[in-house]
Amino acid sequence: MKRKLETQITLNTLIDSFSNEIKTLSKVNAYECYQCGKCTAGCSVGDFLEETPNQMMRLIQLNLRDEALNSKTPFLCATCNTCTARCPMDIDIAKVMETIRILSEKEKKKNVKEVSKFSKIFLDSIKNHGRLFELGLTARFNIENKTPFKDSELAPSLIFKGKLSLLPQKIKNRKRIKKIFDNSINEKKGVE
Amino acid sequence: MNYGYFPGCSLHSTAREFNISTKAVCSSLKINFTEVEDWICCGATPAHTTNHDLGLALPYSNLQLAAQQGFDTLVAPCAACYNRLKVSDFEIRKSDEKKNRIHEITEDKTEADISILHLIEFFKNDFGIEEIKSAVKNPLVGLRVASYYGCLLVRPNEIVNFDDEENPTSMDEIVSAIGADALDWSHKTECCGAAHAIPKTEIVLQLCKKLLQAAENSSADCIAVACPLCHANLDMRQNQINKTFGTKFNTPILYITQLMGLALGYGANDLSLQSHFVDPIKLLTRKNLIPQLEKMNREN
Repeated sequence: MKRKLETQITLNTLIDSFSNEIKTLSKVNAYECYQCGKCTAGCSVGDFLEETPNQMMRLIQLNLRDEALNSKTPFLCATCNTCTARCPMDIDIAKVMETIRILSEKEKKKNVKEVSKFSKIFLDSIKNHGRLFELGLTARFNIENKTPFKDSELAPSLIFKGKLSLLPQKIKNRKRIKKIFDNSINEKKGVE
Repeated sequence: MNYGYFPGCSLHSTAREFNISTKAVCSSLKINFTEVEDWICCGATPAHTTNHDLGLALPYSNLQLAAQQGFDTLVAPCAACYNRLKVSDFEIRKSDEKKNRIHEITEDKTEADISILHLIEFFKNDFGIEEIKSAVKNPLVGLRVASYYGCLLVRPNEIVNFDDEENPTSMDEIVSAIGADALDWSHKTECCGAAHAIPKTEIVLQLCKKLLQAAENSSADCIAVACPLCHANLDMRQNQINKTFGTKFNTPILYITQLMGLALGYGANDLSLQSHFVDPIKLLTRKNLIPQLEKMNREN
């Protein structure tokens, strides 16, 4: 259900703190957006959003950081890039969504817990094996999400058809993948 | 050209028929790809939505591996891997600062000056549509195919730019070359919901219902795809879609390489056609498009 954005314009909304932060992290100047709504018109997941893509851009223009970081929109974004492709101002809106999502996750704001959990388990899987172990990913997600039987009707066929291996495929040089994870996540300047 | 092959995780599991059919087609067309040794996952959506640098470093590390193994071109059949490899290459070529940072992360100074092609891009631009046409032994006459490109093959067009971002045609050209009818339809580049399949299944079911409806409206016999995620969402979840919305879709979803394989004379088993959830064999048998004897002939 779309939400009507109502906010009081205070002095804070006039100080460009959040829009500058977004500009540094994603190279996007939110003030280039003139609210035409084309991003929202083409958004694949538009039916499922409370704040639409152009409303998210508006939150940045008004420097409403908490509202943006607490929005579910960046987590429901399917990263299909339709908004970016169609923006008449060539604004990379998908990149903005990604950036807000990363900030929100880092500051442990309210988000869509299933999406966030899925990403964590996915990354753990490749960190451990170098490649994705799909059966392990689905099983762990279902246990942690407390939906043990979700999609269980698909599993026997998948295994029978040889499409789901029962053991992970491991790469030889596992140090390589561990280095990549440690260095990108722990480095002070690199974490965006 | 020294072509490296980057299958990605899905082609070794849920999309194994994409790998099998790609190999069959390449063998028939005498195309030589060598799989990059010890490749790692490209990180897909979870990596770039968790940490920008991680999302760039994982694919880049594969480009470095490919360069070390002597490849100058990397071909990826999976649209998601292809997209991540291209984005990483683009961002790193654009900024020296980013390149240094990613070299620091991979602890490897290898310069990965490699061109990255999607399999369809390779067929269209490097191999040639006419060459495919002249190799066809079993034209798929009368098969109405809706080519579904999805997001990652065509967007963002600044980075993945072998086709039009709103009305791509490269897969349709292949479909026509193998004798089938390429349908003009409305949902070529709509999103299937991709990685939301597990955490937000309801989104995927809704989006895929619209896609299947659009294909049905254009009276497609089947949908051709070139992305393991699109395939899984449309094929594996078609029954869930029917249960949720009371629809009666029964639309086979085939990898473009499976259709090419049929046209090149391979049989159902050679292309692993039996591994889909929505059975394409009935449709293809009804249309008399499965070359039963070819396999035996080849073996003799």
